[in-house]
Amino acid sequence: MKLAAERRAELRMLPQIFAAFLKIGPSTFGGGYAMIATIEKEIVERREWMHRDEMRDMVSVAGSAPGGVAVNSAAFVGYRLGGLAGAAIAVIGITLPTLAIVLLLSLTFSFFRDQPKVEAALKGVHAAVTALIMLAAWKMARTSLFDAVSFGIAAVSLGLLLLTDIHSLWLIAAGPILGFTVSGIRRMRGMEPRTEPEHKSQNEQAMLPEYYI
Amino acid sequence: MLGELFILFFKVGCMAFGGGYAVMSLIQRETMSRGWLDAADFREIGSLAGMAPGSIATNSATLIGYNQAGLAGAAAATAGMVLPSLLLVVVLAAFFVRLHDNGAVKAVFYGLRPVVAALILYAGIHFGFGEQTLHSLWSWQTAGMLLIGVGCLIAIVRYKLHPFAVILLSAAAGIILF
Repeated sequence: MKLAAERRAELRMLPQIFAAFLKIGPSTFGGGYAMIATIEKEIVERREWMHRDEMRDMVSVAGSAPGGVAVNSAAFVGYRLGGLAGAAIAVIGITLPTLAIVLLLSLTFSFFRDQPKVEAALKGVHAAVTALIMLAAWKMARTSLFDAVSFGIAAVSLGLLLLTDIHSLWLIAAGPILGFTVSGIRRMRGMEPRTEPEHKSQNEQAMLPEYYI
Repeated sequence: MLGELFILFFKVGCMAFGGGYAVMSLIQRETMSRGWLDAADFREIGSLAGMAPGSIATNSATLIGYNQAGLAGAAAATAGMVLPSLLLVVVLAAFFVRLHDNGAVKAVFYGLRPVVAALILYAGIHFGFGEQTLHSLWSWQTAGMLLIGVGCLIAIVRYKLHPFAVILLSAAAGIILF
């Protein structure tokens, strides 16, 4: 059980946690490790709430859970500082600005929808967003495809998605089972189960976000 | 309606490995099958969602929720989308911080990561060229799109331009080309 004094200290933190992540929210553009650096600056350097060593734990946990790295990191820091309420307030703080921005964008767009030039601009944006998704796919592939099994899983998954009507849930369920089985068989055969690509001596930071999941 | 929005996006949120790109085609599938929007609506929503900071999937959920049920709908869909992240991160932070040193976890991600890579690539293909038939692929529209898309990749990878600057430039290019 937490002491009453500790609880009160956590409660007093909540508005500050909210404010910190409200400020980080609009800068989470593009996600990835650029944003982890922003969080580190605010939480470690400016507010001195956490030690730099704890950031590794944050990246590890945030990268393992589903959802954006920004929201997950906020939940982790919020939990460390203020328990479950801290996690919730941090997530609300980091989400509110983007929610407001995307709604404003949408309202502005629907106001000018009939202008042919606005329609043309959105086509340009559509191409850019497509390119950003492709870039994310490439980054993910670069850090996850390194042997026959991982290439095979990716190729079969892509084939099934393009050619059949398969629900992605089945692939998300099958991938881990396959990974677990293949590693188990390799271990039984006395092989060292390699589950991650070798690092080519780049600094680790550059590999971080897509490295996990 | 609010309950349906919340539950749908809660389910999507549970599968949003890889930061949300991977579930874009799932969101399209689930919302189109409910008759909430058509392919053109989704393209518009995805483009607007990609322009804003934050996860494109969460932003899409916000816009779909708003279109279905106003501000309350936007809140319900967004909450559904981020709640699985919040719950799972809290559990992981409380009990399994050194998760990635565990061999079994590594084995699981070894199999999951390639699937996520394929899902994101598929999301890109589907979002960019989903409505095209083979015939319409050879058109000024597609050529213009490829031109802008390739330009974006060069600008980001080679010249390290900020993604938002790239999006603004693409909007300008769209006005000139289309």
